[in-house]
Amino acid sequence: MVPKPYGGMWMSNQTQQRDKMAKEALLGIIERFYDQFEHQKVPNIVMPTRTKSNIEYNNDSEVWVYGDSTSTRSAKTVKGANQILKMSYVVELLIKEHLENNRGSTLRELYYISENWDIAKFNEQPESDRMIEDLEIISALQREYFHMRPEEDGATLFGSLKLKETTKRGERIIHCRDDVGEGGYQIPFNVENVEFLDHDAKFIIAIETGGMHARLIENGFDEEFNAIQVHLKGQPARSTRRMLKRLNEELNIPVVVFTDGDPWSYRIFASVAYGAIKSAHMSEFMATPAAKFIGVQPSDIVDYDLSTDKLTEQDIKALRSELTDPRFDSDYWKTQIQLQLDIGKKAEQQAFAGKGLDFVTQRYLPERLTEMGII
Amino acid sequence: MAHPIAEELAKKQRAISIAEFFEKNRQILGFDSAPRSLLTAVKEGVDNSLDACEEAGILPDIMVSIENAGGENLGLIIEDNGPGIVKEQIPKTFAKLLYGSRFHAIKQSRGQQGIGISAAVLYSQLTTGRPTRIISKIDRDKPANYYELIINTSTNDPEILDEKEVDWDRTRGTRVELEMKASYVKGRRQSVLEYLKSTAIVNTHARFTLVEPDGNTIVFERAVDTIPEPAQEILPHPEGIELGTLIKMLRYTDRQKLAPFLRYSFSRIGLHTAEEICKAAHLDTESDPHNLQLEDAKKLIDVFKKVKVSAPPTDCLSPITESLIYKGLEKEYSVDFIATISRAASVHSGHPFLVEAGVAYGGSLGKEDRVNILRFANRVPLLYQQGGCAITHAIENIRWKNYSLNQPGGSIPAGPAVFMVHVASTHIPFTSESKDAVADVPEIMAEVELALKDVGRKLKTFLSKQQHLSKRREKEEIIKKILPRIAEKVSQVLDKPTPDITPIVAKVMGNLLVQRSVSKNGDGYQVEIDIRNYGDATFAIKLHDTHQYSVRDAQPEPKIISMGRDTDHTWKLNLKAGDKETIKYHLPFVSEEEANALPGMIVEGVDEGLVNGAKAVRGYVDE
Repeated sequence: MVPKPYGGMWMSNQTQQRDKMAKEALLGIIERFYDQFEHQKVPNIVMPTRTKSNIEYNNDSEVWVYGDSTSTRSAKTVKGANQILKMSYVVELLIKEHLENNRGSTLRELYYISENWDIAKFNEQPESDRMIEDLEIISALQREYFHMRPEEDGATLFGSLKLKETTKRGERIIHCRDDVGEGGYQIPFNVENVEFLDHDAKFIIAIETGGMHARLIENGFDEEFNAIQVHLKGQPARSTRRMLKRLNEELNIPVVVFTDGDPWSYRIFASVAYGAIKSAHMSEFMATPAAKFIGVQPSDIVDYDLSTDKLTEQDIKALRSELTDPRFDSDYWKTQIQLQLDIGKKAEQQAFAGKGLDFVTQRYLPERLTEMGII
Repeated sequence: MAHPIAEELAKKQRAISIAEFFEKNRQILGFDSAPRSLLTAVKEGVDNSLDACEEAGILPDIMVSIENAGGENLGLIIEDNGPGIVKEQIPKTFAKLLYGSRFHAIKQSRGQQGIGISAAVLYSQLTTGRPTRIISKIDRDKPANYYELIINTSTNDPEILDEKEVDWDRTRGTRVELEMKASYVKGRRQSVLEYLKSTAIVNTHARFTLVEPDGNTIVFERAVDTIPEPAQEILPHPEGIELGTLIKMLRYTDRQKLAPFLRYSFSRIGLHTAEEICKAAHLDTESDPHNLQLEDAKKLIDVFKKVKVSAPPTDCLSPITESLIYKGLEKEYSVDFIATISRAASVHSGHPFLVEAGVAYGGSLGKEDRVNILRFANRVPLLYQQGGCAITHAIENIRWKNYSLNQPGGSIPAGPAVFMVHVASTHIPFTSESKDAVADVPEIMAEVELALKDVGRKLKTFLSKQQHLSKRREKEEIIKKILPRIAEKVSQVLDKPTPDITPIVAKVMGNLLVQRSVSKNGDGYQVEIDIRNYGDATFAIKLHDTHQYSVRDAQPEPKIISMGRDTDHTWKLNLKAGDKETIKYHLPFVSEEEANALPGMIVEGVDEGLVNGAKAVRGYVDE
């Protein structure tokens, strides 16, 4: 790959191609509006309907995607006209500021930038957030292609993985255990800027809580079992999910998800494995259908006699709703959720500490990994 | 000689009768709970005051004051500017149950409801042991009379505890002061405040002042200063007469013969009909009505039902009228729209009645709530048993979706609206003695439904007009503000000339679009004019294309009028919704510059704002 200086910044060929692709896609949207004017048609745009009822399971990609139902936004109504106007302004920003000047902004910044747009300004941030999602759907490109940055820091990764990251200041080759501190390697917001070079991992373990992530690092779990640890930080960010998917599919390494044993954590697993309803248009980029749930399982609470808390009313409601959620429609989940409802208990990952600090790395995880046929 | 034992017993029986009668009938009399007792006492007092003022031709000014009197007791003062009560009548009016003449009169009156103010006096003395204090003054120059009264519960006669002449700084009027076990409630339909508000709506000529226990004063101001026409008294109609009443009439009549008795005691019975009735009942026309037996009376009632007697006169009813209902609703609610209807009178089982209705919509009324229903019988608000009332049932029978209102569960509709229904009659059929709900009499329900549908239609028209206006406003916002900005922005991004949005404006607005294009053709230019109707109505227009060039091979042929230097080419066109017409002609010997600088066209027969691409003039176009 031949590095090329670009706009005062350093850009790789690949980055340039991606920007070009994004610019063409965005220009296409504007050209369509222009053509509609020229052909005496009221400007409009057809989009998939973004409601729960229009989410369906795609058997080929094994993720949840939008269905066939579409809705048309037309300048015949004030609402539709405003959306088209705002879309034109956002696209102009993305092309002229982001892509042509190699800059980027966050969703929050976009909302504030729009304050200068007079009647095209967004009334609240969810409106501008939705606009970016709309553009993702129309262009079939992720927002990272438009240089839209997430607000929060990406999660971290730790383990024997060597990669090359293209940064604004040049290419960096990093080993995610030997070249980083205990904090680990920070996953960049645009995972497409990462190229995997080498690894000796047998599996990837995605961990919900920082406490457990640190416990595994301290206990040397990654070295002992050739694991790459990814810290999910609760509901995982887009970049984290994209990273997991790429690791799984490009390097062919199995992914296991390790969370607390409560209904909210099962949803974290579901969004890693099957995609979230809110971003169903991105499921094919971000969901890892091969990911497996390692625990904490309700049956572990019984088998390992873990310290527990009582299920709250909300917990019970959430569990019941999962029983009818198509994403949990398997014998495994039905048995586990029913068991949890029967015992009325939930447990945190940290509950293993009650059995000794090494219990989770010496006993629980090895037993589960063996059971799952991963080691 | 000792009194016979039976007489003693009878006395005892009477001694308990009035208090016991009250205890047994508290619910019917309206004194079954602390909040309701207060409301009933207020109602009795206010009804009396309104009736008295109306009869005397005085604009009522009524004050209701409620104060805490310690413990569970409240003090209630009702004061009016009415004609006052003559001294001798005061004790009986307030301290004798069932005293008064209105029970015998056949006319539309408030007093059909409730047992009278004396019931409140009795309730007051039973719960607090205190007498009722009355001041009444009948003339500016006369002193006022002051009384402290209780009812003797054994004889049902007034007992005067104090009586004197006092100075009172009013010109005339009556003031009643009671103390009773009661409670003052707010925030619900069955409250003094809501009762007065409703009463103010149907009595727009009256001013009401409410002083609440915390000293807060609320004034319901009058909206008009004319007193409603008093209702006329009429003779009973045979169809609606009850056996008991007939027996009483027979016994107390001054007539000595049956036929004249029938003729002059009932409405709609003439000489011929009276004879026909006697014959059908096998009774002598000459017989003395006082001597008729129960069996004879029964026979008469049967015959009344069979003989054809024309319907009773209906001019005895006193409607509130459409304009006063409008004013009443207008002054008590801040709304966007009001419609009212006063229907013609009709008859239910011999009793004339009429129905009036009003709807108030929008403004500050709750959008999500059920519609607020105000029920009135002879100008008196009905506050209890809404669910059991013919008025409510009639509302539920109507499919309000047809009138642009939601109707969740098919019952009372929802939306920012108040429904007001007034039933006026010489005899209101109530569901029970407590007189809280009108019975489901088919004739009345049919009239209520018709009245509500009438105001419902007016409401629907208003709402669809509103909707049309807001749609038009919305469209204007699109074409004036948003569309030009989109056109500007997309051309900026693409670095292209700003597109012409005229055709799209026509489409969005549902207008007529006129477009002219020119293209080089042989020795000159070919002109094409497209006229397209994007609206949903037919446009009958004349299109004027006026310029200095001569036209060749025009299709269709225009009418040509020379106008000095210029020539007016006119086409008469009739375009239905969605139609498109094309006019073509050739301009020989014209340069490109000239062809592109043709003056603007004029469309005649259309309002400005309905055409894009040409100037509109109203003019006249025959079809």
